[in-house]
Amino acid sequence: MQYTIEELRAKGAKIRADFPIINDTYSYLDNSATSQKPRQVLDAVRKYYEEENANPLRGLYDLSVIATERYEDAREAVRKFINAKESAEIVFTRNASESLNLIAYSYGRNFIQEGDEIIVSVMEHHSNMLPWQQVAKAVGATIKYLEPLKDGTLLPQALEDIISEKTKLVAITQVSNVLGCLNDIKSLAAIAHKNGAVFVCDGAQSVPHMKVDVQDLDVDFLVFSGHKMLAPMGIGAVYGKKELLDKMPPFLYGGEMIEYVTLEGATYAELPHKFEAGTVNAGGAVGLHAAIDYINDLGFDFIEQRENQLCEYAYKQMIEIPHVHVVGSNNPDNHHGILTFTVDGCHPHDISEIMNAYKVNIRAGHHCAQPLTKWLGLNSTTRASIGFYNNEQDIDRFIECLKQIRGKLGYGE
Amino acid sequence: MENNRSFYNEILTEHNVNPYHKTDIKDANYELHGVNPSCGDEITLKLKVDNDKIVDAGYVGDGCAISQASADMMIDLVLGKTKEEALRLADIFFRMIKDEISEDELEELEEAGALQDISHMPARVKCAVLSWHTLEEMFECK
Repeated sequence: MQYTIEELRAKGAKIRADFPIINDTYSYLDNSATSQKPRQVLDAVRKYYEEENANPLRGLYDLSVIATERYEDAREAVRKFINAKESAEIVFTRNASESLNLIAYSYGRNFIQEGDEIIVSVMEHHSNMLPWQQVAKAVGATIKYLEPLKDGTLLPQALEDIISEKTKLVAITQVSNVLGCLNDIKSLAAIAHKNGAVFVCDGAQSVPHMKVDVQDLDVDFLVFSGHKMLAPMGIGAVYGKKELLDKMPPFLYGGEMIEYVTLEGATYAELPHKFEAGTVNAGGAVGLHAAIDYINDLGFDFIEQRENQLCEYAYKQMIEIPHVHVVGSNNPDNHHGILTFTVDGCHPHDISEIMNAYKVNIRAGHHCAQPLTKWLGLNSTTRASIGFYNNEQDIDRFIECLKQIRGKLGYGE
Repeated sequence: MENNRSFYNEILTEHNVNPYHKTDIKDANYELHGVNPSCGDEITLKLKVDNDKIVDAGYVGDGCAISQASADMMIDLVLGKTKEEALRLADIFFRMIKDEISEDELEELEEAGALQDISHMPARVKCAVLSWHTLEEMFECK
């Protein structure tokens, strides 16, 4: 549904009250780093630990059976949320980084060989770059880097140009955590498949903000973190196509991932448990379930429209400020709430320090995407990232402060 | 906002915006690169030492106002000093950051004393001490 601007503001004001940490003294604009948590999520985690906690998947008593149900209900909620075919294709991890390491170790090191190629884009977060560099080193494969246009657009043709029959895996983010651009994952995955490669999609910045359908995109793997989508820290997931997960060896070895163990070896449990060694984060999974329910109740129509509206509101004011440069597209609709910028002569750490004094929370540095920052010809940048529970006042405070940065740092205008 | 105004004071911003010593020293006989890997501040410190005395000094680099201004103020202070005197000043500077110095010692640091308040900003300490650590390492290694 299409909301009017008044409806967006009214609904925004109402749901803002769901977030205990959010108030009018602070402008929290570091949502790409981690989101804040609504009371509904915090209550669900508390209820789990107060009323339903036991070690899932082990005990034969009622409480453990309930804990197991809650944990598996969460898996089913994730399955539905990203439209996977079956819940066995959802493996819980700590976060997107661990998810990517799981794929790199279990799939990469076993199915990529010497002389093969891996393609990643230069805009990847370190967590979708370093695991692949390590795989390449370990097996003797080569990494090829896919370059976007300067505004962040990744043309499918650019992938066509560098992919070859040696390419075994392509790993690309859906939304860049620096540029905010949305990549055409469906086309990119189709090109990978046409060339016999598997496609890994980093959904850390997209899954919290838009409907992501793994069957429609036809990706082989998708990863995301719960903490960026209203859930507690320490819960994340890997989606993998069943036929791939089935042939992969376990990532971590230990408790509750076995079928049968002898002193000589073991046979491993069925999916997804073969990838979930040790006691799982059931409380986190319950929190993620509550976060998904919250997002579904709110609807992506509202989330996307409110975030885009606030993003455009900020962008239009930023580009009017002398010496301020927004990195990436000059169309605010291509930023998905992520506004990375530089201020002439001002280092991001100083900008962030001054913003902090104004109670504006933003991120400074290379945002765990150092190669991209370098590729853009920059040293480091500052990033404001918007969540649907932000409001116009948060943006106004940020803009007011941004106007004063150069003066504070001793530049007379 | 008060806190912040006092921290980015005129001394600091002046050394950052108009540094006196941000220049390459062609005939330097001491040179060392210092980096804060976590935040990307970097400087290359170059000194010309003659008869144990620092006769010329400069730095090139890139980083936040604190890291760059601190390097500039440090060079102001150590120019004309012996290695031993410079290391003693480094020791005072490090103790200033830990909030462990006397008024007299603070006087000795001259403009570098403008960074005293950094002791209350743990996240920025590494920026302020980068040039001083580079200097210390340079003398202790050679």
